[in-house]
Amino acid sequence: MAEELKVIVFTLAHEEYGIEVDKVRTIERMAPITRVPKTPPFVKGVINLRGVVVPVIDLRGRFGLPETEPTDNSRIIIVAVGDLEVGFIVDSANDVIDIMSDSIEVPPEVVGGVKAKYLSGVAKIGDNRLLILLNLSEVLNRSEIIQLEEFGE
Amino acid sequence: MEMNQYLSIFLDEANDHLQALNENMLRLEQEPEDISIVQVIFRSAHTLKGMSATMGFEDLASLTHEMENVLDLVRNNQLKMNETIFDALFKCLDALEGMVQDVVGGGDGKADVSELVEQLKAIVRGDAGKPASAASAPGGVADGPLVATQLLLDQYQLSVLQQSIESGLKVFHIEVFIREDCVLKAVRAYMVFELLERNGDIIKSHPSVQDIEQDKFDRSFSVYYVSQIDEEQLKAAILNVSEIEDVTIMQVDRSSLAELDQSKEQESQAALQAVKAMRETSAAAPAASAPAASAPNASAPAADTGKKAPAAQAKPAGGAAAGRTIRVDIDRLDKLMNLFSELLIDRARLEQLASEVRRNDLTETVEHMARVSSDLQNIVLKLRMVPVESVFNRFPRMVRDLAKSLDKKVDLVITGAETELDRTVIDEIGDPLVHLIRNSIDHGIEPVADRTAAGKPETGTVHLRAYHSGNHVFIEIEDDGRGINRQKVLDTALKRGVVTPEEAKKLTDDEVNMLLFAPGFSTADKISDISGRGVGLDVVKSKIESLGGQVTVTSAFGKGSKFSIQLPLTLSIISAMLIKLGSEKYAFPLSSIVETATVRRDQIREVHGSRVIEYRSSIIPVLSLAELLESPDYRDDQEEETEMLVIRKGEKLAAVLVDDFIAQNEIVLKTMGKYLTNLQFVSGATILGDGQVALIIDPNSLIK
Repeated sequence: MAEELKVIVFTLAHEEYGIEVDKVRTIERMAPITRVPKTPPFVKGVINLRGVVVPVIDLRGRFGLPETEPTDNSRIIIVAVGDLEVGFIVDSANDVIDIMSDSIEVPPEVVGGVKAKYLSGVAKIGDNRLLILLNLSEVLNRSEIIQLEEFGE
Repeated sequence: MEMNQYLSIFLDEANDHLQALNENMLRLEQEPEDISIVQVIFRSAHTLKGMSATMGFEDLASLTHEMENVLDLVRNNQLKMNETIFDALFKCLDALEGMVQDVVGGGDGKADVSELVEQLKAIVRGDAGKPASAASAPGGVADGPLVATQLLLDQYQLSVLQQSIESGLKVFHIEVFIREDCVLKAVRAYMVFELLERNGDIIKSHPSVQDIEQDKFDRSFSVYYVSQIDEEQLKAAILNVSEIEDVTIMQVDRSSLAELDQSKEQESQAALQAVKAMRETSAAAPAASAPAASAPNASAPAADTGKKAPAAQAKPAGGAAAGRTIRVDIDRLDKLMNLFSELLIDRARLEQLASEVRRNDLTETVEHMARVSSDLQNIVLKLRMVPVESVFNRFPRMVRDLAKSLDKKVDLVITGAETELDRTVIDEIGDPLVHLIRNSIDHGIEPVADRTAAGKPETGTVHLRAYHSGNHVFIEIEDDGRGINRQKVLDTALKRGVVTPEEAKKLTDDEVNMLLFAPGFSTADKISDISGRGVGLDVVKSKIESLGGQVTVTSAFGKGSKFSIQLPLTLSIISAMLIKLGSEKYAFPLSSIVETATVRRDQIREVHGSRVIEYRSSIIPVLSLAELLESPDYRDDQEEETEMLVIRKGEKLAAVLVDDFIAQNEIVLKTMGKYLTNLQFVSGATILGDGQVALIIDPNSLIK
């Protein structure tokens, strides 16, 4: 049986990505970010999310895409996976759609310059729209950060 | 009756009683002759039994019941405490603790206690020359608990009654009739129950308490009741409750109890009749029952008065304590703390606005609010303070068991148990302390033979001290054992590759001692299960550092060693100096700042490639915060004159160059979440008045 999945759609370097709606806490406009020294470049820092300090990472940087200056459309998507709570800076976020689970396919090796290990699948919507679904636990995998930390020391 | 709502109270009190039992057992072990301690233990056990039975934890109740039997013999001088009894009782306490923990964890508190029960029974039986009457109660339990459960009074309740009579208390069978026109029968019944429980214990009620509370009874109910007050008083008191029509009270004595015991097959009503009949025969000489019960042994009356006196003392004290404290859910305190933190952030914001607006009345109001909120802060923080006693009180027992298993003699001397610490610190500090104490006893204190050879007293002493000093709490663990062997530590450190031979030569004694805390270090010749797995002390150190504390060790070889832990009073709000670094703001904990000053570039000198400055006739290193934190828009080497903070870590000082000082402020500590961990130089974050996040610098990480 195909199940219906609600996903938040956001764009990153002209590609459309999706995160399941139950993993998303809120979507925020860009806020002042406090830099945290000695962290990987894609970790932009921390923000004050209504009294809670939340780290923010630039998804472009995380995927190795060229980083750009934030625009009016830029958003911070706060996701929560397990006890991790992290904000993703994305180019824009403006849609919630339903997709059927049987329309999701295994991602090819590289999609839009993003390695397959960060992706959980590619969903076809309509005739020529592709939605790339993120594998959040891999995106938030800290082992790469730890490696960088050790490298820095 | 819905029991769940009482469960947390039961658990709290059960833990309290277990703790009291443990403590008093240890005291008794020191002074086995002191019967007053036995009395205290007996009362704790008795209360625990009653509570457990009420809550339906049968195994808990039956084990405490057997313990009571043993203790009863002891307090009546029919049994002398000896090592076997102590060990058996301690084992029971462990089992009880296990059961209570099981209940805490959502279990049903059941455990197989038959072996312990047997052991206790053996103790009760084993003593030759013990009077027959004392043996009858436990013996009775062994005879037929299976049959007795179906009775009006089960075997357990019977033996409670029996013992009450033996200890000189009066046992009544009370039947209460409520007026026919009474609307809220359950309420009246409840009032009677409450009245009764104020002066004694209800052993059994018919119908059951549940049924009575749910109004499932006719006009009357009956109870078995144990108390010291006499029949007339009791009757008057019960009749005083409104809408009670009549009450019949009869005193139950030993012989009628025995009758009850035998009438196993009879229905409950029939049993009641038996009691009534008994009463008629024994009513002529009700007073005779008590002496009859205590006749077999002459010492009983003495023990009797002994019991009454402390009981009388205990009551007012308990009442006073109950009136002055309440138990509050920790979550609520945390919530209060969080809300207050929000308020502090707003206060900072208001202060900033007021200073911009420059209107007198606004400034005054804000200042007043600041004063009130700092008072409030003190109170909120104090609410979260808990005496370290709650951690310390498990150590005497641990030390006893440890010393026994290692065949050493150790005295644990605790001072300053009343010292208060933030609850979050208390929760975390237990394990490190356990480790340090185990370490002191395992590695520090020598075996008896070695101690005598060294001319020391046979019994080693471990001091556990806690005291306040400034914004910190110190906890010290000092032993008079063999001390730290510098050479041995160095050898091991070299062998494990913790230090190089060149470094080793230069190390001071204190630095050598600190090697104990290095990861993967263990000096124990053989690995015991107590300590010495080599994973201990470095874990202790990192735990304490994660609490914002420090641990140091000093030692005199052959004389002993002292581990000293310094902890912050609280982890949630700290005083900090806010500094500016170009466009960025950072907070420095005030506790580690010695002084702030201005320096000119030419005061900073270069020695062997590192920058130093003369500070109060000593030379201290100069650190550039901008360089360390890779500031994007500030460099101090362009400045002719700049600000510096002198910070301290232990004995070491360092000067930290910053751009500018902003203000001294109370800041609320916020965690950075789970994603960013192991950050260099940063210990946390706070939210400033303007809503921005500022990072808190960890000064300890700046000084190498």
